[in-house]
Amino acid sequence: MIAVEKLSLKQGDFSLSDLNFELPEGAYGVLVGKSGCGKTTLLEAVCGLRPITIGRILLGGQDVTSFKPGERGVGYVPQDGALFPHLSVASQLAFSLVLRKTQPSLIAKRVEELSERLGISHLLDRMPDGLSGGERQRVALGRALSIRPKYLCLDEPLSALDEETHDEIYKLLLQSVKGTGVTVLHITHNKREVDNLADLVFRMNGSELIHER
Amino acid sequence: MSEPQNEKESPAFRPGSDTPFLVGLGILGGSYAIIILAMILADLAYVDRDSMLGALRSPEIHYSIVLSLLSCTLSTILSLWVAVPLGYLTSRFDFPGKRFLDTVLDIPIVLPPLVIGISLLALFNFAPFSWTSEWVVFEIPAVILAQFMVACAFATRAMRISFDQIPQRYEKVALTLGCNRGKAFRLVVMPQAKQGIVAAGTLAWARSLGEFGPILVFAGSTRMRTEVLPTSVYLEIQAGNLKGALAVSLIMIVAAAAVLATSRIMGMKRMEP
Repeated sequence: MIAVEKLSLKQGDFSLSDLNFELPEGAYGVLVGKSGCGKTTLLEAVCGLRPITIGRILLGGQDVTSFKPGERGVGYVPQDGALFPHLSVASQLAFSLVLRKTQPSLIAKRVEELSERLGISHLLDRMPDGLSGGERQRVALGRALSIRPKYLCLDEPLSALDEETHDEIYKLLLQSVKGTGVTVLHITHNKREVDNLADLVFRMNGSELIHER
Repeated sequence: MSEPQNEKESPAFRPGSDTPFLVGLGILGGSYAIIILAMILADLAYVDRDSMLGALRSPEIHYSIVLSLLSCTLSTILSLWVAVPLGYLTSRFDFPGKRFLDTVLDIPIVLPPLVIGISLLALFNFAPFSWTSEWVVFEIPAVILAQFMVACAFATRAMRISFDQIPQRYEKVALTLGCNRGKAFRLVVMPQAKQGIVAAGTLAWARSLGEFGPILVFAGSTRMRTEVLPTSVYLEIQAGNLKGALAVSLIMIVAAAAVLATSRIMGMKRMEP
């Protein structure tokens, strides 16, 4: 469950106030709204990347408001994937496991498993520079899933992709995330993504968060 | 509604020639480059073989070359040691007094170099600096400190620009993957800032090599003691030896060109996948 209670935050001239929503365990929630209305800010607050002024953020019923981003167990995929330019695909997938001092044999196993699941086994030695948009998003998704997160925050992960690749990654999301027990909060402007992926839809309207579906 | 058919066709749009614009750019940019090359050629034409050999054989110039290379390298290392964290801090964080800090960091860039030298001299009259002035002022550490004070300001600006160009998204992802701020900086930001560090280091080294005013005031111009290459040029001119001064100048040009070429090659290597 991802829940936000009476959340307010302020950043420069921009502010959000008194936002509430609850996404049940394992649900696929989609967050929609006009550009600049604060969707990314709210998503980043859930990930622990933005300090909040008032309110609480709960993950699985636990108050994580004061937790650091790495302690929340949230996988995060930003808009363009933000693959680390100096690391190979295999190193991107292994990054968080190396940080956690996981045994090398277990890291290798997890990288193999993830890369097979996401169809990127042939790319493991490649650097991000040579990857297509779709390949980049697959790697970014794999990197976020490497820690087996219970929660996944996706910030317009399909927006920069062409039509064909969009469908390919969208199907991948359906296969690898939906129905796996991972609770997903996904920002999008695309109606088809809303119709096909969302269990729940939240619309940000001004500083209001409306539960649409 | 269809478009009117009987309207007179307007003449085909023909943009004017690009030639005057491109020639203008070429003349403005090219003339500056030509003057730089002409200056170096004039130096070369003026210096004869004997004065060049004389400069290269002189123990004073040997000392000056070694001190210049060592002090510039040390002041560059010190500058980067300060500029990397300071550049990152000012690029990534908003804090009270940030604008004031920004202005303070620009002071060494806008101040006349002599003023920096005299200010350093004044500073070392006060504790705790005065406790070390015996070993610093008019000694080799004064040369390094005078070079550092100016070079570091330029290196900090260069590092700030370099960090500004690295999107914060990488750090955000790294934080969610389990990094703390320090690890995100070390594992994700620093590898991407390598080219910026090379650029800032080159800038700091070149500034240090050309530094003269603060060194003259704060470290003096004692032969075989605090004499660096710009001081040698100054001393040779004072002694009326213009050819000797030009010979030392050529040594500086060669040193600067070598550092620039090295940093360019290193920069290009880093850009390769």
